[in-house]
Amino acid sequence: MIPAAFDYLRPSTVEDAAAALAEAGDEAKVLAGGQSLLPLLRLRLASPSLLVDIGGLAQLRGIRVEDDVLAIGAMTTHAEVSSSAEVQADAPLLAAAAGAVGDRQVRHRGTLGGSLAHADPAGDLPAVALALDAQLVLAGSGGRRTVGAADFFTDYFTTALAGDELLVEVRVPRLSSWGACYEKFHRTAQAWATVGVAAVVRRENGSIAEARVALTNVGPTPVRAVAVEQALAGADATAEAIAAASGHAAEGTNPTSDLAASAEFRKHLARVLTRRALHAAAGL
Amino acid sequence: MTAVMEPEVGKARLRKEDARLITGRTQWTDNISLPGMLHLAILRSPMAHARISRLDVSGAMLRPGVITAFTGADLTDRQVGLPCAWPVTEDMVHPDALPLAKDTVRYAGEPVAVVVARDAASAVDALEAIEVEYESLPVVLDMEAALAEGAALVHEDKGTNKCYTWIFDSAGAGTGGDVAAAEAEAEVKIHRRYVQQRLIPSFMEPRSVVVDPKPGDWTMWSSTQIPHILRTLLSLLTGTPENQVRVIAPDVGGGFGGKIGVTAEEMITFYAAERVGKPVKYTESRSDTMVSAHHGRDVIQDITLSARRDGTITGLSVNLIANMGAYLGLVTPGVPLLGAFMYNAIYKIPAYRFECTGVFTNTTKTDAYRGAGRPEATYAIERIMDELAVELNLDPVEVRRRNWIKHEEFPFTTVCGLVYDSGNYDAATDKALQLLGYDELRAEQTARRSAGDPVQLGIGVSTFTEMCGLAPSRILGALRFGAGGWESASVRVLATGKVEVITGTSPHGQGHLTAWSQIAADQLGVPFEDVEVRFGDTRVAHKGLDTYGSRSLAVGGIALVQACGKVVEKARTVAAHLLECSPDDLEYSAGSFQVRGTPGATMSIVEIAGAVNAAHNLPDGVEPTIDADATFDPETFSFPHGTHLCAAEVDTETGAVRIRKYVCVDDVGRVVNPLIVEGQVHGGVVQGIAQALFEEAVYDADGNLLTGSFVDYTLPSAADLPDIESDRTETPATSNPLGVKGVGEAGTIAATPAVVNAVVDALRPYGVSDIQMPLSPERVWRAIQGGAS
Repeated sequence: MIPAAFDYLRPSTVEDAAAALAEAGDEAKVLAGGQSLLPLLRLRLASPSLLVDIGGLAQLRGIRVEDDVLAIGAMTTHAEVSSSAEVQADAPLLAAAAGAVGDRQVRHRGTLGGSLAHADPAGDLPAVALALDAQLVLAGSGGRRTVGAADFFTDYFTTALAGDELLVEVRVPRLSSWGACYEKFHRTAQAWATVGVAAVVRRENGSIAEARVALTNVGPTPVRAVAVEQALAGADATAEAIAAASGHAAEGTNPTSDLAASAEFRKHLARVLTRRALHAAAGL
Repeated sequence: MTAVMEPEVGKARLRKEDARLITGRTQWTDNISLPGMLHLAILRSPMAHARISRLDVSGAMLRPGVITAFTGADLTDRQVGLPCAWPVTEDMVHPDALPLAKDTVRYAGEPVAVVVARDAASAVDALEAIEVEYESLPVVLDMEAALAEGAALVHEDKGTNKCYTWIFDSAGAGTGGDVAAAEAEAEVKIHRRYVQQRLIPSFMEPRSVVVDPKPGDWTMWSSTQIPHILRTLLSLLTGTPENQVRVIAPDVGGGFGGKIGVTAEEMITFYAAERVGKPVKYTESRSDTMVSAHHGRDVIQDITLSARRDGTITGLSVNLIANMGAYLGLVTPGVPLLGAFMYNAIYKIPAYRFECTGVFTNTTKTDAYRGAGRPEATYAIERIMDELAVELNLDPVEVRRRNWIKHEEFPFTTVCGLVYDSGNYDAATDKALQLLGYDELRAEQTARRSAGDPVQLGIGVSTFTEMCGLAPSRILGALRFGAGGWESASVRVLATGKVEVITGTSPHGQGHLTAWSQIAADQLGVPFEDVEVRFGDTRVAHKGLDTYGSRSLAVGGIALVQACGKVVEKARTVAAHLLECSPDDLEYSAGSFQVRGTPGATMSIVEIAGAVNAAHNLPDGVEPTIDADATFDPETFSFPHGTHLCAAEVDTETGAVRIRKYVCVDDVGRVVNPLIVEGQVHGGVVQGIAQALFEEAVYDADGNLLTGSFVDYTLPSAADLPDIESDRTETPATSNPLGVKGVGEAGTIAATPAVVNAVVDALRPYGVSDIQMPLSPERVWRAIQGGAS
């Protein structure tokens, strides 16, 4: 469990970090909270020649309220996100899911940005970003750009980040009047999600005006349960309507079979958990 | 006036050793650093069965920091097979288990080559420069396939994958009737097949070894449970005279049976130190542990229970296939035998037959894991007792009660010929039922069933016993075990009156320092704080048989009592001389001798220790010491028992199981320290629950271990486990002067069937009668769907 040798750089500005990444090309890895990367290094499943540690970039840490958006620095830890009063009020889905990541140690070291950039299909936060239509701010040697969550996750452990880019900020629309629930199903408290369901619901006059559902670990990337969302748009906020809509939750998913569950069981869980998450998010 | 001391035995003393263990201010093997010490890394086979067609370490030799690299071929004239101390039958097949593979590898993880370097990182880096080519051979993983005609062979030269077949038959042994006859006449006959999945002992501290090859004074530090056995075998295996070998087990971070081997890594480190003439250290990673430290369980059990319609059991037969893995460890073949005498459990069974066949496969070897044989036996009998209850429409507690040995029937000779000295199954069970609120939960179960609640409730019962106190040496001899089962203790009373206890047991988390201090304090009448306990270093504790099988207290604790008794008798002679009376006139209590009928004429053991040390005035012919040694060999085993009850909720939509309430009432005889007993029970129950619901070692079709890290090998944490309500009944053992029975394995043995019985009980309305362990959500869900379990 000793990593292969690597060079180590701890830049003090985003620009220096991006420049170092640009120079090193594919040989570099960004070290954020280290909760996924360090095990990969120790098992020698990854052997980068350069680690760019962005732990010194204080400007990437913290939560700001800007009009209708929560701007969360990429290096903000899960513990900070889940315990933030602003996040709890304006993005309760994110607060709940960040509080369900890993264990206490992981939540105090692991970061929101690291989790999104790592793009593990079993990670909890990519589906949450997708359900919330979060905007991700990327900084590279050529400047900054913003990418929507729907365009950010492209494949297993693969994102829209270019080799010289850092994820610096996550911009989450404030949905304070929406109901929210993250249903995580896992073998043990510390285990990755077998399946997770992120749901937010906006109710109007006893019906469901809008529901958004995103699923964790039913394919290479998080996916929106579009058929469920469509079935619920304008539907009565009843258990029956939610149960009927949730029957579509596995449509368009492509889960793998592994030691935790078969693809078939994952699809079944997607339907059950979607129903439960929507039920809670709709306040029933 | 005689001082009255409150007895230490029975007190909930906080553990003396915990401060240093918890803060890490102690010496683990990996902390040891000797001048000039080198580090070793091992290249392991990625193939489960292959011929090594090319192996070249020359590239590694050129890497920075590397001192040497070598292979099995380089050890041809030096290395010998790892020992198996339990040839259970005369014709047992015992393949050569070389520490470093010679030309063939037989499981993924087998050591293939070694690098020795100045630091651990350089050693690991240099492994990548070793060139090796494998020619793959057919892999055999499934036990039944391995036994079939024409199966690929793990050891070609042996001509078979069968290791042994061992049989016990009560008719033949004269201890009971004939099972075939019982089955022919049975009013009810139930047959079931249960599968004990493969488990990986998950001790907290990975194994580590340091060897200092000083001529005439070889020292091995090892994270082992068995420093004494290791010393003897190390001497025999290497030809180093035993009096020139010292083995030290410093503080050891858990074992659960997983550290009772003489390991390939220990021997390789020894050979490496010998080759380079300098101290060498090897510390494994968790990934190494998972593939190379021995695994546990992995047994297929076919069990047939015969009974009358009133529930009376008339016969029991058991057929096992036990996976040995690719090679035999120290007691691998004997593990099923430790369970052979426990399938009859607490029940009066008139006829019994047991047969076990050991099988080789291309997997990591198996060996003892907490409970070793007894959890398997208890699982099978306690699961099938529930089936009998269902068949006869009886309450599961009632069907057990109709069969178990009554309190007044002890001592009771079982169908295996073992004499259970004591027990009170009614008392423990009644207490457990009350603690659980059995009747209320049954009512809730009925209500949930009739309401069609998606969350169903089940109650699991496990009334277990086990044999502890390994072991009477002559019984071990009769079972062809290669060693005895005695234990030793020494007591030294120092000049200042402080006491040093030397024990041959080798604690690795059990709390012997505290418990032994309590026993010695009572026996000698000295303060608890004045006793220190030394162990684990063969130079300090030269004689012992170490710690496993819940033996330390029931055997080693008794040796300590006997040694203390000798100290008191020696002191009595000196006290009588100094107090000018006959030894018979002296009463000993609370650390002082007092002349009967003469208040004021007293002498404390501390004063006597001082007088003996000065030796100015001792009786003629008396040596100037009151120190004493004792070695205790038990006449029989001890038989702890208990009743564990589990109430489990099953989410029928997702298959998730939640243990709502877990209650256990254990009878471990007299309790030396209730806190330690409770800790052992809780830890044991957790490991038992873990087998039922979480843990499983899984291989792919090529023999690669898929569960090679804690990401995939599902180990529960506190968040996944229920509160455990533990209580006790105390029926002292009559077989030893302390009345103790042993507690190290009880929870593990009892909990697994309690949990599985609860889940199956919850799902009876769905037609479920069994689910393969571990009861993962998917398996539970599929069982509910009526699919394959």
